[in-house]
Amino acid sequence: MTATTLPEGNPELRALLRQVDKGRHRKDRVMKGLIYAAFVVAMLPLISVSWTVIVNGIERFNAYFLTHSMRGVFGGMDAGGIYHAIIGTLEITLAATLISVPIGLLTAIYLVEYGRGSLARAVTFFVDVMTGIPSIVAGLFAYALFAVLLGPGVRMGIVGAVALSVLMIPVVVRSCEEMLRLVPNELREAALALGVPRWLVVIKVVLRTSIAGIGTGITLAIARIIGETAPLLITVGVIDSINFNLFEGRMMTLPVYVYRQYSQGLVPCTPGDLACIPTINYDRAWAAALTLILIVMLLNLVGRLITRFFAPKNLG
Amino acid sequence: MAQRIDVKDLNIFYGDFRAVADVEMAVEPRSVTAFIGPSGCGKSTFLRTLNRMHEVIPGAHVQGSVAMDGVDLYGSDIDPVAVRRQVGMVFQRPNPFPTMSIAENVLAGIKLNNKRISKGDAQDVVEASLRGANLWNEVKDRLNRPGSGLSGGQQQRLCIARAIAVKPQVLLMDEPCSALDPISTLAIEDLIAELKSDYTIVIVTHNMQQAARVSDRTAFFNLAATGEPGRLVEIDDTATIFSSPRVQATEDYISGRFG
Repeated sequence: MTATTLPEGNPELRALLRQVDKGRHRKDRVMKGLIYAAFVVAMLPLISVSWTVIVNGIERFNAYFLTHSMRGVFGGMDAGGIYHAIIGTLEITLAATLISVPIGLLTAIYLVEYGRGSLARAVTFFVDVMTGIPSIVAGLFAYALFAVLLGPGVRMGIVGAVALSVLMIPVVVRSCEEMLRLVPNELREAALALGVPRWLVVIKVVLRTSIAGIGTGITLAIARIIGETAPLLITVGVIDSINFNLFEGRMMTLPVYVYRQYSQGLVPCTPGDLACIPTINYDRAWAAALTLILIVMLLNLVGRLITRFFAPKNLG
Repeated sequence: MAQRIDVKDLNIFYGDFRAVADVEMAVEPRSVTAFIGPSGCGKSTFLRTLNRMHEVIPGAHVQGSVAMDGVDLYGSDIDPVAVRRQVGMVFQRPNPFPTMSIAENVLAGIKLNNKRISKGDAQDVVEASLRGANLWNEVKDRLNRPGSGLSGGQQQRLCIARAIAVKPQVLLMDEPCSALDPISTLAIEDLIAELKSDYTIVIVTHNMQQAARVSDRTAFFNLAATGEPGRLVEIDDTATIFSSPRVQATEDYISGRFG
């Protein structure tokens, strides 16, 4: 007997299988609704922020703005740009990355591959504590450190980079640790069984297998610190002209630039002065914010490309 | 190049827990020795002590001696890394390196050790090892494709090729067929029969027919109860073990009457 000869089948079984669980269906619908609602609520601020920044920033976002500093710009002049702030942000972020990635990655390797017992537990604990350090405290720490070494009142890019490293290291450790733990133990054993010493297993198998994830983790860590304002305000200060030197003098950075412009507020123009734009400071702030977002986006894009390039290929 | 292994009074520990107790056995060169026994009796643990992979696990250590041709592998002047180059290992689950091509996987033992090798030599090693693992004809046109794209049975033979590429004296196999279908299993068993002319092979298996088919000698491990250490019950010629074992427990296990 097959189903084709008996279209209705066994009525008892049919009744048993058709029994609809009303309560479950209702719960399913409610949960679905909640999850979609949560998604929308999460997306709303993101879209709203992007929209506001684009609308307000696009007006002054042009080649002139990107390639000029604020030197000699005052009042409501239709001039000035963020070249000096871009230079500062890129240099300080790069320096912070150069400090944080080796320390963070080596710590993660220690925790995953070698760390046992109380020392590893202590390191994990302090990394957790470091994650919770307020950024202003990191700034004060770096300022105080260099004040002890070089005398009070010292302001330069590298101090800011050190402050940002304090914030970045725990993020790098955490994400690299996750990624290293994802590498299957079988691969380590396979390499060890071939007579490969431990350190080469770590470098050539563990790191090589997880490099894509580590790249993503570092990109996210950079995105986390590139928008820091408070520690840079303390350690690097504010300046209107271009300074390429991380080791001497103040530097401008994009977040500080945004803060500075916005806090200057409306320009009191004399009536009839057509060259004076009252809202110029606000406009510059928004355009600089837009630039910062674009830099972070670009960075994420590069991170994605790195991930794709290095990811283990399964079926090629 | 194959060599004998003599194990004396070997006790194997995980921290304070004694997992395997008082093993004494000789593994003959150019032969296949099979380890059988119930799960948790310490077969794999014991196998891993033969190339010092056991101590990779934190807290794991051994007492006693494992001598290869008279040299104690656990001597104070012995480098475990060097031991593993002489005693290769194939694992239960095929584990080719996912970031490497088929050819790179075969050369992994050389490349990962930062040794330089000329292109011609590398090609020779790849071909010889893959031929040795009966895989050459299936993969010779796609040596630069990822190793993880092969089927499970092919991956396992790739792992065998990788193990024999470093020219070990002894080859340890930890349930090499348990994740494979019967056809791939047959391919591996045929391969084991060929490899034993060059290597000393030790294989752990849960499949007693497989032990009967491929091995010359069989060792039966058992444990009295959970929490007790596993022990070597007896080791003898495979034919003897499967026809007239000396110990009742062996017969019970082989005939399916146990527990």
